[in-house]
Amino acid sequence: MPTRHPLRLAIAITMLAFTVPASANPDPSDWQSVVAQAEGQTVYWNAWGGDTRTNRYIDWVAKQMQAQYDVEVEHVKLDDTGSAVARVLAEKQAGNNDDGSIDLIWINGENFAAMRESDLLFGPFAESLPHFALTNATDNPEVVTDFTLPTEGYESPWGKAQITFYYDSAQTETPPQDMQALLAWAKDNPGQFSYPRIPDFTGSTFLKQALIELTDQEKALYQPVSESDFEAVTEPLWAYLDALHPHLWRSGRAFPDSGPNLRTLMSDGEISLAFSFYPTDAAVAVMEYELPESVRSYVLEGGTLGNVHFVAIPYNSPHKAGAMVLANFLLSPEAQAQKQSLAMWGDRSVLDIEQLDAETQTLFEQGDRHPSELPADALSNTLPEPHPSWMTALQNAWLERYGVN
Amino acid sequence: MLRLAPALIIALLVLPVGAGLMMVLLPAFGYLPTLGGHGASLAPWQMLFDQPGLGRSVMVSFASGLVSTAVALVIVVLFLAASRGTWLDRGIRRLVSPLLAIPHAAIAFGFAFLIAPSGLVARLISPSLTGWERPLDTLIINDPWGFSLMAGLVLKEVPFLLLMSLAALPQLAPERRLMLARSLGYSPTIGWLKTVCPSLYPLIRLPVYAVIAYATSVVDMALILGPNLPPTLSVSILSWFNDPDISQRFMASAAAVLQLGVTVAALLCWWLLEQLIRSLTRYWLINGSRQRGEIILRLVGRSALLFSSITALAALVGLGLFSLAGFWRFPEVLPQMLTLDHWQRSGPMLATPLINTALIGLISTALATALVLATLENEHRQHIQPKRALWLLYLPLLVPQIAFLFGLIVAVESLGIRPQLGLVIAGHLLFVLPYVYLSLAETYRRLDPRWLKVARSLGVSRSAAFWRVRLPLLLAPLLTAFAVGLAVSIGQYLPTQLLGAGRVTTVTTEAVALASGSNRRLIGVWALVQAGLPLIGFILALGLPRLLGTHRRDLAT
Amino acid sequence: MTASFCAPLRLEQISIALAGRELLAVDATISPGEVLTVMGPSGSGKSTLLAYIAGFLDREFTASGGVWLGERSLLNLPAEQRNIGLLFQDPLLFPHLSVGGNLRFGLPRYLNDKRQQVTQALEQVGLAGFESRDPATLSGGQQSRVALMRLLLSKPRAVLLDEPFSKLDTALRQEMRTLVFSQLREAGLPALLVTHDHEDANAAGGPVIELG
Repeated sequence: MPTRHPLRLAIAITMLAFTVPASANPDPSDWQSVVAQAEGQTVYWNAWGGDTRTNRYIDWVAKQMQAQYDVEVEHVKLDDTGSAVARVLAEKQAGNNDDGSIDLIWINGENFAAMRESDLLFGPFAESLPHFALTNATDNPEVVTDFTLPTEGYESPWGKAQITFYYDSAQTETPPQDMQALLAWAKDNPGQFSYPRIPDFTGSTFLKQALIELTDQEKALYQPVSESDFEAVTEPLWAYLDALHPHLWRSGRAFPDSGPNLRTLMSDGEISLAFSFYPTDAAVAVMEYELPESVRSYVLEGGTLGNVHFVAIPYNSPHKAGAMVLANFLLSPEAQAQKQSLAMWGDRSVLDIEQLDAETQTLFEQGDRHPSELPADALSNTLPEPHPSWMTALQNAWLERYGVN
Repeated sequence: MLRLAPALIIALLVLPVGAGLMMVLLPAFGYLPTLGGHGASLAPWQMLFDQPGLGRSVMVSFASGLVSTAVALVIVVLFLAASRGTWLDRGIRRLVSPLLAIPHAAIAFGFAFLIAPSGLVARLISPSLTGWERPLDTLIINDPWGFSLMAGLVLKEVPFLLLMSLAALPQLAPERRLMLARSLGYSPTIGWLKTVCPSLYPLIRLPVYAVIAYATSVVDMALILGPNLPPTLSVSILSWFNDPDISQRFMASAAAVLQLGVTVAALLCWWLLEQLIRSLTRYWLINGSRQRGEIILRLVGRSALLFSSITALAALVGLGLFSLAGFWRFPEVLPQMLTLDHWQRSGPMLATPLINTALIGLISTALATALVLATLENEHRQHIQPKRALWLLYLPLLVPQIAFLFGLIVAVESLGIRPQLGLVIAGHLLFVLPYVYLSLAETYRRLDPRWLKVARSLGVSRSAAFWRVRLPLLLAPLLTAFAVGLAVSIGQYLPTQLLGAGRVTTVTTEAVALASGSNRRLIGVWALVQAGLPLIGFILALGLPRLLGTHRRDLAT
Repeated sequence: MTASFCAPLRLEQISIALAGRELLAVDATISPGEVLTVMGPSGSGKSTLLAYIAGFLDREFTASGGVWLGERSLLNLPAEQRNIGLLFQDPLLFPHLSVGGNLRFGLPRYLNDKRQQVTQALEQVGLAGFESRDPATLSGGQQSRVALMRLLLSKPRAVLLDEPFSKLDTALRQEMRTLVFSQLREAGLPALLVTHDHEDANAAGGPVIELG
């Protein structure tokens, strides 16, 4: 999951105008020629690289792509998707329209919105991908909606995430089921909970989750922020945070850097309640000796925010065919099943498994559930993401109020 | 041909820095046509000063730079004064180079784990001494005033300053001076401080300035140990440059110029401090006091450096434990179970970064060494004593990386050079060169000129004398300088990341990328690999002369 | 400084060995004002003898024998407490101090008329007015004179000379010899001179020991 971690990474490269005539873009509807064109290409896939499991999966994908399609996939490890967006933007400003350095980006939310706005994406292509039909978009609208914005075929889905809480059952027996309960729990267990520092993606999602529950103007969240009174809508959130912070880890004077960092804190025994974007995070962490076996996962009673993550192709990528083949492969049952298995990554599939034929369905069989995993029915209650403009507004407001210790 | 070498070095060092600064200065005042900025304006600066917490960021950067350097310098000077000739002295000398080789990020990770409330030290004393069953909820790492950052910086600065001092000492004849002082009745530590130290400081002044410059603008250590709300200025700059919002780019350039200002201010402040100390101690040097303070100074001198070295080693041990750890809960001192899982998982992914790291390191260091040898040989033949040129050499070390690297990218791209391995090697050359020069220069110059005269008188030409007499005699220091250069290259993060546009992966870039995922066990594996590579270089540097049979007592060591 | 405050320097059966092989053996007493000259080829350990007496013997050497200043045994004292002055080939004036500073360096902490003593010392060797000069601007001979005065100002009880005249040119050498030995005699200090130049031994006018 791309995190907006204010860390070290490559930036905008400005280039002078490139006078090579633009090559014709591959036509996604003619799939045979796309596959043929893709052969021998090298696709630079810019994706968050902070989690070895993700990297391991991408590694596996690369091997498959080489073997099956003769396409070389290079994983450019990002810290922050924003930097990839910035690079494409800078390339466009410099007039580089057909030799961009990025071929595929793991993206969603406000980054997608920003790229669409500045016309930085190639498309539409997603719905022409052969495997796209397996997602059954009509019954599962979330695969074509990104933070309330329709994808319109400019990005292709490849995984699902949902905010999942996890706690150490040896330290606490009754975890909180909603925000108010969380506040009460924090008062009873001071210093045992925290959330990642804004502008981290997971931390910002916590803000949104709290806001959805606490505000009385929920509908406003699904419209651009400019159309509502920001102060009025968010006032209960700030009141809540003001009450919550003194009972957080380090009394709210410091926050962990990211979601995985939150997990490390629990591993060290510093906190006993945390949350993550991946429902299987806790279980995999137990398998890898990071968390104790007493850890259990759950979802809040009122539902938690969930979203789909996508891949998109910049308009100036020189390897669009290869990128499309890759996007298509990611949607294949083989790849989706591999991704979902706990041994590899644990990221949920976007395919409509019920609709697959029996043989393919067996690929997705999990075997015994890990005790630290979510119970099977827990993920039914998914709240949709608010409009992307709320993310930036909330982040700026948080930084203003709490950004200086 | 040889005469071109100094000019080449100057060009290689000064031009990139100058170009980089220029391409950051212009956008800071609103001018960067390719990004839509067409006129001079102060808007970026207004944006910058509107940022909350800017004052604190600047203060922390400024203070941590000065304080950590001062502490490190005091530790090193007192050590040298108090430990001459003792077993401690000899032992530490062997430890210094390897400690120096460990990259900053690795030390920072290990140190963070050492002193965290759930860290190794806390585990050692809990629950037996403190009764803690759960870690204490206190803000030690990432504390708002940067004390843990300063401590981490000191751990790395001490070996560097020590090495520079040890390299500079021989030309001062310190043993003789000390003997004289002692014969005049001065206790050893006091005597050293009064007779050797004043002459030593001018020789290590430039390294001290380099340390200050680094400490005020460090990025990777500040990320791990430094404050978060707000972070140090350099960390903020990085996040601003990465922001997709274009208007942030101008503000980020302004901030980079501000960073340069902070560094310059810190250097100025230090210079004023030098003058102050000089006038304060003028009387003390000749007032004849011979015993006062001897015991305390000797105690501090011997223990402080030992303590800092042990801490650095303990940090590494912590990393090692983590890389092998199964489940490990507070307050266990040792992991409940050990496993090779983490190493096995990382194994296959190590291949490409290792190869890249080795290639970049070896090529850039080899080029640097060749250039340095050419320059030194040229100096020798022309009989020049470069004093002013030394400042230019230090330029890449004195100008904060974060201040000019971004601008350098822009400059390089406008020349049409795409990000690639070759560019990364050139970038590394920029930082490796000064260190190789510094390591080699003194020993090179001090080589007894009579050797060469003898060679020439036997009918050997100048270049043959160079290859067949000078180089073999200098093999050990040459290899050490090479190892130092290699270590510098291995530890570079920003240059690799920026000049390679993320496509050139080295062990350091991978380790830092993993840091954002926070899996301490994997960080342990990568940090150890990162730390181990330069060590191999040093082992070779020490061992190869012996192997080649050229290890003789009288050779320069 | 009158002779009565000074005591003889006794070297009692000193034997210095390196790696089992004995380098030298000396047994002598030096009366106040007298100069004992030790001569020998290079490598015979002359400087090691000085190092042993002054308290700086290198770890590699093994040595035995007593060193007495009057009734006091010096062996268990650290070098800075032995009160033995050194004069080397190089004058070793501290470059970070002025000439006057170098001289003051030798003076004890608590003294009332330091400035006067420094001026007097400089006058004594014909360098009046040189207090604020940078030692690097002095000639070799001038530096040696300052080094001598620095030594004497520290009021040593004995003096060790390690070939102090060998770096001076011949004309200067005789001048320095006269100066040094007369000062030492006047101060009544027992002195040990190590040299390979017979002229030095003659000028010293004291007993001579040949090593090797």
